[in-house]
Amino acid sequence: MFDYETLRIIWWALIGVLLIGFAIMDGFDFGVAALLRILGRNEEERIVLLETIEPTWEGNQVWFILGGGAVFAAWPLLYAASFSGLYVAMFVLLLAFIIRPVGFNFREKMHHPRWTAVWDYCLIASGVIVMLVCGVAFGNLFLGLPFRYDGDLRMTWEGSFFGLFRPFALLAGLVSLSMLLAHGASWAAMKADHLIAERAAKVARIASLVYVVLFVLAGIWLAYGIPGYAISGPVVMDGVSNPLGKQVAVGASWFSGYLTHPAFWLGPIVAFLGALGVQLFVGRRGFGGFVCSCLAVAGTILSAGFALFPFLMPSAIDPASSLTVWDASSSRGTLLIMLGVTVVFIPIIVLYTGWVYRVMRGRVTLEHVRKSHNMY
Amino acid sequence: MIVDPDVVGLSRLQFALTALYHFLFVPLTLGLAFMLAIMESVYVMTRREVWKRMTQFWGVLFGINFAMGVATGVTMEFQFGTNWAYYSHYVGDIFGAPLAIEGMMAFFLEGTLVGLFFFGWERISPLKHMLVTWFLALATSLSALWILIANAWMQNPVGAAFNAQTMRMEVTSFKEVIFNPVAQSKFVHTVSAGYTMGAMFVLSISAWYLLRGRNIDFAKRSMTVAASFGLAASLSVVVLGDESGYSVSENQKMKMAAIEAMWETEPAPASFTVFGLPDVKARETHAAIRIPWVMGLMGTRSIDQPILGIADLVDDAKLRIADGIRAYDAMLVLRENKNDAQARAILAAHDKDMGYALLLKRFIDDPRKATPADIQKAADSTIPNVPVLFWSFRIMVACGLYFIVLFAYAFWRASKRRLDGRGFLRAALWSLPLPWVAAELGWIVAEYGRQPWAIEGVLPTALGASSLTAGQVWISLGGFVLFYTALAIIDGYLMVKFARKGPDGLGMWPKQPDSIPTTAQTV
Repeated sequence: MFDYETLRIIWWALIGVLLIGFAIMDGFDFGVAALLRILGRNEEERIVLLETIEPTWEGNQVWFILGGGAVFAAWPLLYAASFSGLYVAMFVLLLAFIIRPVGFNFREKMHHPRWTAVWDYCLIASGVIVMLVCGVAFGNLFLGLPFRYDGDLRMTWEGSFFGLFRPFALLAGLVSLSMLLAHGASWAAMKADHLIAERAAKVARIASLVYVVLFVLAGIWLAYGIPGYAISGPVVMDGVSNPLGKQVAVGASWFSGYLTHPAFWLGPIVAFLGALGVQLFVGRRGFGGFVCSCLAVAGTILSAGFALFPFLMPSAIDPASSLTVWDASSSRGTLLIMLGVTVVFIPIIVLYTGWVYRVMRGRVTLEHVRKSHNMY
Repeated sequence: MIVDPDVVGLSRLQFALTALYHFLFVPLTLGLAFMLAIMESVYVMTRREVWKRMTQFWGVLFGINFAMGVATGVTMEFQFGTNWAYYSHYVGDIFGAPLAIEGMMAFFLEGTLVGLFFFGWERISPLKHMLVTWFLALATSLSALWILIANAWMQNPVGAAFNAQTMRMEVTSFKEVIFNPVAQSKFVHTVSAGYTMGAMFVLSISAWYLLRGRNIDFAKRSMTVAASFGLAASLSVVVLGDESGYSVSENQKMKMAAIEAMWETEPAPASFTVFGLPDVKARETHAAIRIPWVMGLMGTRSIDQPILGIADLVDDAKLRIADGIRAYDAMLVLRENKNDAQARAILAAHDKDMGYALLLKRFIDDPRKATPADIQKAADSTIPNVPVLFWSFRIMVACGLYFIVLFAYAFWRASKRRLDGRGFLRAALWSLPLPWVAAELGWIVAEYGRQPWAIEGVLPTALGASSLTAGQVWISLGGFVLFYTALAIIDGYLMVKFARKGPDGLGMWPKQPDSIPTTAQTV
């Protein structure tokens, strides 16, 4: 039905969808959590903020879990290389994910101020860590990572945790941080009590402005300061998944794809329009501000994904070991079966997620949390 | 390349600790979710407030446990990549799929509905809320199904073949992977164990209230649900555990022999060793008490098929290693020239045994240069830890049989409406830890008993590890120990605190049985 080449492109798009799903859905949870003590000035206001995300954060986080699982199934080489290579960074990220379920659930089990404060700071730290680590990791992809394969396709890594903190990667981390802070604040502006919503709208506008500036800066830096990767020689799109079968040249521009495929410009355009929309609509009636913030998030990830294409994880020390869409995937059979499963289940997921959001619609007001308390 | 043995050892320790820890919470989630659904169904049918309060109260404890299960579950998904990168590469084509499907089919539903379970009481109709709870319960068990399909493939790797070009296993029949017989018996055994644990949890805590003379109506109703659900679950866990044992004897003969400490092949039908002291050095079992025939009947479901002993299985491994070396050699030839017809024929004939050649990689770099002494060492390494398996299995089975007796007795008392008697209540209370003992030992039998294989007969554990430094794994292992210990203390504290508070202390149930409060108050 689908040939191997087509399936690989479809899976590149699907993983992109999952990544965008994760960034949009989980992103605002992280943003709200990180801003918990800035937007929420007292216990009641913090409970309001938490109640805007508590009923749905768990489902949102599954976008991340599923993203991980889908990368494992569709691109096992990428999953293996990135998780083991970035060992310590992944461990820090993992701790940030572990603390969230218990943080949300345990926080309101006791009403001692010190108890709630400890969990507040755990949630804030976890939000900031995830936003930064994901951004820094993405930035590092463009710089190339220090790994190579031997003939058995066993990967060795020749770098350290602190080697990841390179200037461009840090900038990417800040892009991610400001983007998702704006995203979380846009959510709070839509869902929280008007008193908090006004504050949140202000934060959203500022963070979104910072994000646009940093995003442009990162684009210029990428265009002029960072050598891009390209497959040299024949590009075999339906060959076996063994990265050692190709040659890679370093020195082209990461934006060369943008010249050959003008449609790629949709990424940055959507990102800019989204950020502009946040400035215009956040704090007003309706969903406008938040929807625009979603667009900004999606546009940013599309921009980066398009620039990298067809690379997934370039190697800085042995460019031929770089993982690409064409040589890091599962077998054709696995890609096909997983495509079938995805096509059936993602729409169902979207349906029941939509239903839950509809059930939980409306602002969480201070009056509401004073009156009734949840059983969570 | 030989992976640093320290990295392998530490990674195994870390995986075992984090998996055992995760498995403290998962079975309770499985069991409690169904009990919540049953209680809420009674509420929807009878509209009696007490059943709603029961759902809500046990729901609070469920929530604390659920959070821990989710938190520690993320670790498991990360660890295949972080610590077992070569494993992930080598079998990701098959193993990744059930994990991803679990996310799409089960965990998404579970994660999305759990919020509505807690926050939806006032927002949706009782009938809809009940359906949410039922789907939540189904999703937790569905989640277990896909995880166990993945795990069963590690025990019995069907539907896949080695590809020399990509240096990994690839799917040949996804149907075989999904309908793996080991997966089916493992699934029913594991979820039944979870249901038993959930039932014991409710039974024990309710018994404590009755011993204290608190929440009497509430506790008696909870106990009745627990006794009936627990009886069904414990019967199923033992009967289907036997099915699980049968499938082990089919495809993991060494694990079976180790569980039974059966050093030599006995004439069929083999006897079952109830008690004994396995001696690894002498390769015999001292002070053994044996029941004739039982083992042969259970393991082979026949009276004439023998169950192979460890000595014969080691000899068998030696032959397979020799065959595996030929496959390995052919694989290297094919890597240079993928059109070499002779090498392709050799690989096709022996690729089932290539994993056995990889066992040698723990001792030497190139399996083709193995001496007979190396082969003997590799063959001996296929024996798992016999005393640990022997005893873990026996204690687990003893627990299972005890659960049947306890729940049957509780069920009988419940049907006579005589849920009193301090002796019975105390026994119910003090049995609380036993389902955890049984579940953890069950994990040890299944996974420690799989060693030295990560994938039975395909990939040795030692080869599956990532190319890390021991220092890196020490960092994460130390971090886990600190972090998980802190979480265990907090979780234990909250569980005990809320169980002691009880429905009366939480304002869900009156301290005197005549005035039922109309709204749930602050928890």
